[in-house]
Parts: sequence; structure tokens; C-alpha cells
Amino acid sequence: MGTASHNIATQSKTLPCEMTLENLTEFPEGRRVLTCIQCGTCAGTCPYGELMQYPPRRIIGMLRAGELEKVFTSDSLLECVACYACTAKCPRGIDLTGVLLPLIKEQVLLHLPVMPAELQKALENKLRYGNPMGESPRKRAAWVKTAGVPVRILSEDPRPAEVLWYVECYTSYHPRGQDNARATARLLHALGIDFAILGNEEKCAGECGRLSWERGLYNTLMEYNMLVFAKYQFKMIVTSCPHAYDAFRYRYPIVGFNYRISPVPPFFAQYLPQLKSILKRNLNYTVTYHDSCCLGRHNNLYEEPRALLRAIPGVKLVEMVHNRVNTICCGGGGGGMWLDTYYKTKGIERLSERRVKEAIATGADVLAVACPYEVSRFEDALKVLGHEKKMIVRDITELLAEAIEV
Amino acid sequence: MKIIVLLKMVPDVVEELEVAADGKTLDSEFLRLIANELDAQALEEALLLKEKYTGTVTVVSLDAPEVDDALFTALAKGADRAIKITGGDGALGTRAGAYLLAQALSTIQGLLPADLILTGAQAIDDLDGLTAPLISHLLRLPQLGIVTKVSVDTAAGVATVLREFPGGVRGEYEIKLPAVLGIQAAEKPPRYVPVAKVRAAMKSQVIHSVPAPMMADGGVALLQVAAMAKPEVTEHAQMLRGSPEEIADQLCEILAARGLV
Amino acid sequence: MAGNVWVLAEQWRGQLSEITYEVLALGKELATALGCDLQAVLLGHNVKPLAASLGKADSVLCLDHSALATPVAEIFAHALTPIIRARSPQAILMPLTNVSLGVASLLAEELGIGCVNFCRDVRAVDGSLQTRSVLYGGKMEAIVKPAQRPAILGILPGVRPPDEGLAETVPPIEDVTVDVQESSSIRWKRYIEPEIGDVDISKQEVLVSVGRGLQSPDNVAVAAELAEALGGAVCGSRPVIDQGWLPLSRQVGKSGVVVKPKLYLAAGISGAPEHVEGMKNSELIIAINTDEQAPIFHVAQYGIAADVMDLLPALTEAVRSRKEVKSHA
Repeated sequence: MGTASHNIATQSKTLPCEMTLENLTEFPEGRRVLTCIQCGTCAGTCPYGELMQYPPRRIIGMLRAGELEKVFTSDSLLECVACYACTAKCPRGIDLTGVLLPLIKEQVLLHLPVMPAELQKALENKLRYGNPMGESPRKRAAWVKTAGVPVRILSEDPRPAEVLWYVECYTSYHPRGQDNARATARLLHALGIDFAILGNEEKCAGECGRLSWERGLYNTLMEYNMLVFAKYQFKMIVTSCPHAYDAFRYRYPIVGFNYRISPVPPFFAQYLPQLKSILKRNLNYTVTYHDSCCLGRHNNLYEEPRALLRAIPGVKLVEMVHNRVNTICCGGGGGGMWLDTYYKTKGIERLSERRVKEAIATGADVLAVACPYEVSRFEDALKVLGHEKKMIVRDITELLAEAIEV
Repeated sequence: MKIIVLLKMVPDVVEELEVAADGKTLDSEFLRLIANELDAQALEEALLLKEKYTGTVTVVSLDAPEVDDALFTALAKGADRAIKITGGDGALGTRAGAYLLAQALSTIQGLLPADLILTGAQAIDDLDGLTAPLISHLLRLPQLGIVTKVSVDTAAGVATVLREFPGGVRGEYEIKLPAVLGIQAAEKPPRYVPVAKVRAAMKSQVIHSVPAPMMADGGVALLQVAAMAKPEVTEHAQMLRGSPEEIADQLCEILAARGLV
Repeated sequence: MAGNVWVLAEQWRGQLSEITYEVLALGKELATALGCDLQAVLLGHNVKPLAASLGKADSVLCLDHSALATPVAEIFAHALTPIIRARSPQAILMPLTNVSLGVASLLAEELGIGCVNFCRDVRAVDGSLQTRSVLYGGKMEAIVKPAQRPAILGILPGVRPPDEGLAETVPPIEDVTVDVQESSSIRWKRYIEPEIGDVDISKQEVLVSVGRGLQSPDNVAVAAELAEALGGAVCGSRPVIDQGWLPLSRQVGKSGVVVKPKLYLAAGISGAPEHVEGMKNSELIIAINTDEQAPIFHVAQYGIAADVMDLLPALTEAVRSRKEVKSHA
């Protein structure tokens, strides 16, 4: 190909048949959509349900009536932050967030006269640089120099590893994400785990491409990452990003992904007895934990993060009004991470602010999170609401690392 | 209406640029190229004009790393034809590039006459000249630069264009077609094209490779780059100290040295 | 005779551009170093009265013609070409601005010689010129030696302080016959003034940007005063926009506008990555923040660890008094 394609890998083998709005009924999860009883629970549970011109219930109604075009030409579905609330509550078990809504959102985005600039830039950046912020791929592993513990990069030292730690974008590039990366590295090291990272070879897993929705982008990233995985030997993948976990667990298997996979919190939860012996420093924090949509509602991982927090000496855990399956999304999912200005222009309250108000109401001084999107979103919301002196935001790994006596 | 867009690949400054061992060129090891930002604006303007007045858009580029991605993306966005001029020296300056492009436009069947030739008003590597005025001179066509709006009267064969002046003032000109326009901004931001469409274009469409025409003269060196270096970057701000009045005076000196007060 | 150094005296709508004085200051330095005269070349229609302000030059060539009334690069190049051929200057310094852009390229092509763009500086070294040119959006600088004469050099704004290009003396003025015609292909129609509405912060050369460190929305006026004194506009980081201190159109950053002004003065902004993404390519960044550890100090060239409200009024005052002195000079 000579000068060809850096970014847009096209493998010779074609992807297995993908679900589309046309062939929906050829898939069991697609057929399930049509079993909707129009009860409206989805709209009721949706954090933006009252604002949406076409909440999920109406979309299914329009689908049945053959009037989806109207939904496509409204921007209503850009308010979907892929929080899995409707999916979790649907009495018919319809996977709205995973199956139907992304297909609709794709059409909505294609019909927009102008795509929101922030989202467009993020999608273009993911394609070209493998991360939404448009940072150099060559700097993806730059944080390793400041880790304070050895972090093996497979391209430099390709020996087999027990754990391939899939760091992901925000954790690799965002200064607050890097705090999380350093903390995770210290914990892995302290537990004596044989781990390695892909370093600059890693690219975004693409989950937000799928839910935002950008199928071609997602598939391109998926093909790329599968080729990189195939180069190395490891027993399992542990990822700092619940969105990447979702991608690997639910989507990548269609291209043959069959590695063991775990998000960071349940992975560390397996090592609780060992952790307890090294968590020596009393932190003296009142902590409230925010359930991330992907970890919680989508994967029922509610207790592992809490168990980790409780293991920290001096941590008092308090709950927000909405917790576990009722958690309120930070607003970053489904592309929401790059629609803040769009929401602002439409006069829609940001979910991160709604959530932070609840956190403040608990009287806690630390808002603990487990998804790299949330740190910057909640810190920002605290500033906007003028609460930045009352509460700090910390990833669970940061708190654990802080409690390890040095 | 026939529109030609000249699209140039330039160093992607997201990647750290390094100087090669010779001390005067860019190190190519980690260099990545990307379509010049204003050329992408020119492409968008061409696509908007095509949608408004009907016609065809042909994108022409000199061969360079990653140019195929840029050309397939242009096809996926709605360009009708993509042409890549191969075999030229990759390290050409803008001036020599303009000669190659002008010769190629004149010799490739079916390209000229075109109603409009659009390209970016300038590029980040235009050390020795700007493409739009150079091409206009070589093809003996009228040219306007820093253009932000184009409307065409196809019957009369003229375009009305707005070009930017300082302070938000714009100038309106009428220009006879065919003409060359250096585009500063399209009327809408460059569109998003779903990656699936680009992938489809890669399978169903072709980039026409055309060997570079022989250059008439070997070319006298018009300038000589004696050295290249990264400008010094500050790792941390230089902190100014003193009373508010003292600091204000120091700041005024700094601003005055840059002509800012 | 080596030929003189020429400066294209840029005028627009009957006023000399500030960059003209900056380039004259540079031209004077070069002419002195090369032992030749500095000549200013003034093009336009009914522009002769402006020549009196070009006293930094040893003489002024005035090219007055109705076809030069509004800037069209091709006509300007046509007017200059025969005169350059006849008088053989050794260097022609041309401002790179929205008024003159394109003239240098065309002139070089008409004369069959090189031109060097994006000059941040020009020096005479052992009797020849070399430029320091900015490349790749400021990521590199090249030392360039023009290979022929005259050297046509496109000069970026800010090459010297404009004051250095001022002189009290009235230079000798020579009217030069211009042989050009109105373009048969390009017809000037009119100027369109900017719409009165909110300013486009991406087009401002000076931005005073405010963050939460400003404490109260009432203090935005203090920042606005400084912006006005500097001839710029006020903008802000997301938290202050969200709190309604400024309209959304003034938001700088990832979810706002990306700006590259000549001066970005960050007042009370900590420098969250989402903000830095929108302003890191500004030419000069000055940051004021009480927290000396704030990340904004890693992108700023100059920093002041102070309360914004202590410093801004003093700075506004200093800028104003300096401008007053200048206007009286």
C-alpha cells in the first residue's frame, strides 16, 4: 500500500454481520426490542427523560409505526448518556442502551446539519491519535517515568506477563488520570503482581465510539487493538476504564476476543487480605462512593469498590440518596463527555452537577469514583457549584495508594 | 461547475517535531503528516459549493505519507475524484510544489478549464511562498486570498467573494471565473465523515496516481535553510516578584518589547 | 552599488498599519549594517500625505494610482515589479498581514527569485541577510539565507517595537510613475464592517481571561478594564462561564473556543487541562494565580503569584499611563 493508511486499518477479513435497524429482527436481542409493552419505565428512569422529545418508549413506538425518520431528524437522542438506567429497569429485559439506542443515535448524528464541534474533534482525535484529547500517541506512556515503581512496557520487554494492564486514555493523558495510573502502578507493584502495559501501542478501546455512535471508528479501533493483543502473551487483561471493560466484554468477542478481563476494582478486591496488611495509614475521611454506570448498572459490580474503601483505615463510607442500581450518571457516557457545550446551549442541567449536589448533601469530604471520566467531570462540577473547598474527588486507587504506608 | 481543490500534507504538530542529523531538515522517523488545516477548509467550501450549484469536486495532492487517508476521506465526504501526483521529491518547498501542481493540472486530461481552484490561504510550511498566488500566476488566472465566503453566478461566470481584512472588516470582490481562491474558512466547519464511509470509499473508490511531470529546469536554489531548531520552550513560567506596582511595570516592559502596549 | 533596503509601507483605508513602523525599525537596522539607504515604498491611491510619517526611511517612493486603491495582491505585484527591476534594491521587507498577504509570493514569481516567509527576525551577517523564520505553527525555527537579490522577506508582526520605527523628520518623497491597469478580472465592491454583536474571541490579539480566582462576578469589570486598555477582550474558563459571569461565546477551552492570541493573560485560572487545550498555543501567556503550584504556570512564560484583584488595577493603570505617554510623543 506504500503511503497508505495509518489510521483507517481495513483488514481483509470482513466483520461478522453487524446489527442494523434493517436487520434488527434477525438477532434475538433485536427481536426482544419488539416485545416492548410501552410501560414508560424507561422514560421515567432516564435522567433526561423529561427533556427528551423521543424517550426510548416513544422511539420503539415510532419504530413500530415506521416513523423513525422523525426521530432521526430531531436531536433528542443526543441527550442519551448511555447510562443503562432504562436497560436496568426494563421489565421486558430490553437492552435499550446496548442495542437500540446506539443504532438510533448513529442516524441522529448523520442527520445533524452540523455535528457539535467538541464531539467531532473527539471522534477525529480517536481515529487519528487513538485518544479523544488529541494528544500525541508517542506520549501515551509518558506518565510511566513518574510512576515511582517499575512499569514494564511490552514493546520494550515482550516477555509474557500475568496481567496486561490496559491503562486507557484519560488515565494515560489527563493529569488527574495519571494520578490514578501512578496509584494503580504502585498497588500492582506492592501486591507483587507480574504486570505490563502496551505503552504507546495502546489505543482507545472505542466504547464511546460505539455509544456516541461511530460504528466505523469503533471497528477500526477494535481491529487495531486485536492485532496488538495478538503480539503478546498474558493471562488476563485488567483495565482502568469501565468503558473499555464494556467494550472488551460485550463487543470485542464478535472478533474473537476471549481473554479474561476485569476492571481494576474487582481485580484488587480479590487481593483484599493482602491489601489489608499493607493499608496502614489512617486516612480519616468520610467518603461517598459514586457507582459508575458501566461498572454498576451494566455489570453489577457494586460491592467490590465499597469493600476496597472499607478496607482503608479511617474511612467512613456514607451513601448518596441514589446509589447502586439507582446511581445518577456523571453525564460523560455515550459521547456526553464531549457534549457539555451542546447541553449548556440547550439550557440542560449537567448531570455531573446534579450528582455532586447529592454528594455534598451526604456531608462527606471525599467523593470516591472508579471511572476515569468522573474525576474531571466532578471536580469541574464542584468548581461550578462553588464547593471545591468542601469536597475532593479521588479514584479508589488513589485512596488505596495513599493508605499504603511507605 | 468544476472545482479543483489542492490539498497539501504538512507535518502534524501534535507529534513532537525533531530536527534531523543534518541540522536543517525535519527528522522523518516519527514525523506524521496531516492535511493542511486551511486546505481542509478549502475542501469543505468546495463541497458546499457543489451542493449549492451542482458540479464536481476533484482533489489533487502531491504524494506524501498518509495522503491516501486524506484523499479517501475527501472522497467519503463527497469529492468526485482524487488525484495523487507521484514521484516528486517529497521534501519539495511550496514553490516547487506549485510548479508541479500547475504542470499536472495542465497536462492531466479533463482537469482544466475548471471554474474554481480552491486551496488554503496559507500552510504552516509555506516558507518560500503561498500556493494560491503561485498557482494563479503559473496558470494565468485571477486570485484572491483569505477568502471566507464564495457565491457564484454561473450564468455570468463570476463569483462574489468575501476576504478578511484586519479588525473583523471584510472586503467584497467580484472575480471572473476561472479563478484561484485561497480559503481562510469555509462557511461551515469541515464536516464529520463517519469512518465507515471512509472504509467503504477505500474499498469502492480509487485514487488516480499520476506520475509527476518532468520539471523544466532543475531549479536554482531560491533559498537555503542553514539551520533548523526548536524554539526554546519554557517548562515553568518565569515568576515576577515585587509590589503590584513593580510587577505592573515589569509586565509593561515585557508587553512593550512585543509591541503589545 | 549593492542596492538599498526597501520596506513596503503598508497602508489600509488611508492609515499606515502599525506593522509598517515595526518593519521600518528592522529595515533601518539592516540598512545601517549593510551600509545602504532605507527606502519606504508606499502604494495606494491618494496616499502621499502618509509619506510624511515615514521619516525613519531615508526616502520614500510613492506609487499612487487609482488601481491601487484597494488591496489586490496581483495589481500590487504588477506595480512593484518594473520599479524593482529598474532600481535593484537588495532586500524588500514586506509585512505579512491580512492586507499584504500574497504580494510577496507573486512578486517573487514575477521576478523569478525566492522569497522567505514567516520572518520573526532578519540579521545582516557578513554583508548578507539571514532570517529567523517560524515554521510549523511555531514548533520550529529555521535560519534561512535568501539565495538571490533582491531578497523578498515576509515579516511577521512584532518584529521590532513600533516606537522604534517612528521619526520626527519628514523624508524626501519621490513620486514614481506607476504603469498598471485596473484588473479586468477582479472588481472591488465594498467593505463590510464587522457586525455589532459579541466579539469573536478567536480573532482577538489580546485576551484577558478570568477564572474562579476572580472570586466574584463583580470583578469581571476590573478584568474588562484591563482588556480595554490593552485593546483586547475579556474571556473566561468554564466554571465562570457556567456561573453566568460571561456569555458562552467567551469560553476558552475544550468545550469552548480555541484561541491563539498574541497575549493571553490568565487571571485567577488554575489551568485545568480542559482549559489549557484551548489556549496553549497563544504567543505570550502571562498567568496570575495565588497558588504558585497551579498548573497554569507550566504553560505560561511569565507568572505572578498574587491575588488577581491586587494586580489587575495596577496593571491597567500602568498600561494606560504608558499609552498616554506614547500618544503625546
